[in-house]
Amino acid sequence: MTSIYTRRRMVNAFYLTCSVLAMIFGLFWLIWILATLFGKGFGGISMVLFTEMTPAPGSGGGLLNAIAGSLMMVTLATMIGTPIGILAGTYLAEFGQKGWLASSTRFVNDILLSAPSIVIGLFVYTVYVAKVGHFSGWAGALALSLIVIPVVVRTTEDMLRLVPDSLREAAAALGAPQWKVVTLVTWRASQVGILTGVLLAVARISGETAPLLFTALNNQFWNANMNQPMANLPVVIFQFAMSPYESWQELAWAGALLITLSVLGLNVIARFFLRKQVLRD
Amino acid sequence: MLTKQRLLDAIFRRTTWFFTVVVLVLLVAIIISLIIGSMPALKVFGPGFIASADWNPVAERFGALVPIVGTVISSIIALAIGIPVSFGIALFLTELSPLWLRRPLGVAIELLAGIPSIIYGMWGLFVFAPFFAATVQPWLQETLGHLPGIGLLFEGAFMGIGMLTAGIILAIMVIPFIAAVMRDVFEIVPPMLKESAYAFGATTWEVLWNIVLPYTKSGVIGGIMLGLGRALGETMAVTFVIGNAHQLHASLFMPGNSIASALANEFTEADGELYTSALIALGLILFVITFVVLACSKLLLMQLKKREGVTA
Repeated sequence: MTSIYTRRRMVNAFYLTCSVLAMIFGLFWLIWILATLFGKGFGGISMVLFTEMTPAPGSGGGLLNAIAGSLMMVTLATMIGTPIGILAGTYLAEFGQKGWLASSTRFVNDILLSAPSIVIGLFVYTVYVAKVGHFSGWAGALALSLIVIPVVVRTTEDMLRLVPDSLREAAAALGAPQWKVVTLVTWRASQVGILTGVLLAVARISGETAPLLFTALNNQFWNANMNQPMANLPVVIFQFAMSPYESWQELAWAGALLITLSVLGLNVIARFFLRKQVLRD
Repeated sequence: MLTKQRLLDAIFRRTTWFFTVVVLVLLVAIIISLIIGSMPALKVFGPGFIASADWNPVAERFGALVPIVGTVISSIIALAIGIPVSFGIALFLTELSPLWLRRPLGVAIELLAGIPSIIYGMWGLFVFAPFFAATVQPWLQETLGHLPGIGLLFEGAFMGIGMLTAGIILAIMVIPFIAAVMRDVFEIVPPMLKESAYAFGATTWEVLWNIVLPYTKSGVIGGIMLGLGRALGETMAVTFVIGNAHQLHASLFMPGNSIASALANEFTEADGELYTSALIALGLILFVITFVVLACSKLLLMQLKKREGVTA
């Protein structure tokens, strides 16, 4: 007969082993996915990828118009979403700590943060695309900016709260009006953290596909007109991967590697900055 | 001079207030626009829309049952796999891992969360599905397929794609989210509580199960709900592997459809007001479901935070 101690120790060992296996299980997928991406996508990365347009089925080509379209829309979305996010986050942290507006906005913002991105696309479609009558780069940028806002609001508020009150009080004691305290003291003290939030938002929207499907759509040709349907990496990858043509699928893998490396790169940089900011305070 | 500053202060405060209202209004605007967009379909089909399994664009008869069932089942599979694994990862990261490994492993799990969902979809379709059809599916049918009742779930040809594949891919995607929340809430348990249990001779597992878990219960459930919210609304990863067939099957090997993937596949090709409107109605249903789930998650996490404030 095993004693209760042996049994408890065995139960413990069993669950701890399971825990180690779970960790390995998680890492296993990460490694498998990254290995696949490098294996299938690395061969496709060449100068042609960055200098030629997306091809017709069967012929060679690159992803230049898709890369350019993605860059334009992501830049615009960041430019629209960042100021709104920073100002709203500032209100939450500096002015409305306890009021009903702040607490309900905080609640709504956290829901928007995880809301299905395809619904955001649907929203922009019904309020903009359907009214204008055609898909466009503007609509795509608008949809992406709606994803940027909650990310920036959240990090801005968190970062501003890390700033010690003594700093604000010191500035106020010198006679600085509130707007100067916020812009010259608290914003400046947390600029690295706020920048991190923006980087995380850019990383998030760079890989978003669903909100672009009904807004920017796609375009096989070079187009710098934001009022036209616009090519972008995620939708091109989707279309090419689902196609039966091998040359398209190869391009899709190359694009997938490109997008993953940039998104993960942005994530790593953002986390590095974030750590710096949090450790400093 | 002072009045000017006071004016500037008011302007600055009003501006930040205005954009806060914008964020708040955004959510309301999304709901209203979806309701207006889905009105034509809801008028024609009434509340029966939710219960009907019809989906016939030619005859213009639409029902939401198949995509709703697909969304729910794939998410349940994802949670069934994701919860125990995330729990194990969180346990490893907070209690077992050597200190020097904690950060790199945490970052690795966060990277898994950072991979765009379209990559999961592509990888699922081209790499995982063939592997799944060749090895796991035959094995599942051999072992579980003969059990009465449960066997029905594993019937059919080994196509690789289908409900079960979609659920597994979703599980891989939600694991990092759930694990991150669990790790964070495990870390807020006061060390005194854990140490007193250890002092009584409790094992690591007993401390986790009897001390840490009860203390963080609402946070853990909140994390799970957050993962569920993600799984319900996930589009691209599911679209690649679920099969996109408007059919109901008992077997998890068969293709199905989810709300998000029906939207992704059909929306731009939908012609006719009724078709478009039926798809928007699907979007509305999805948004309402995820809203409820995410709201519950948020409330539970807030509850934990409040208690943390009291005990600290």
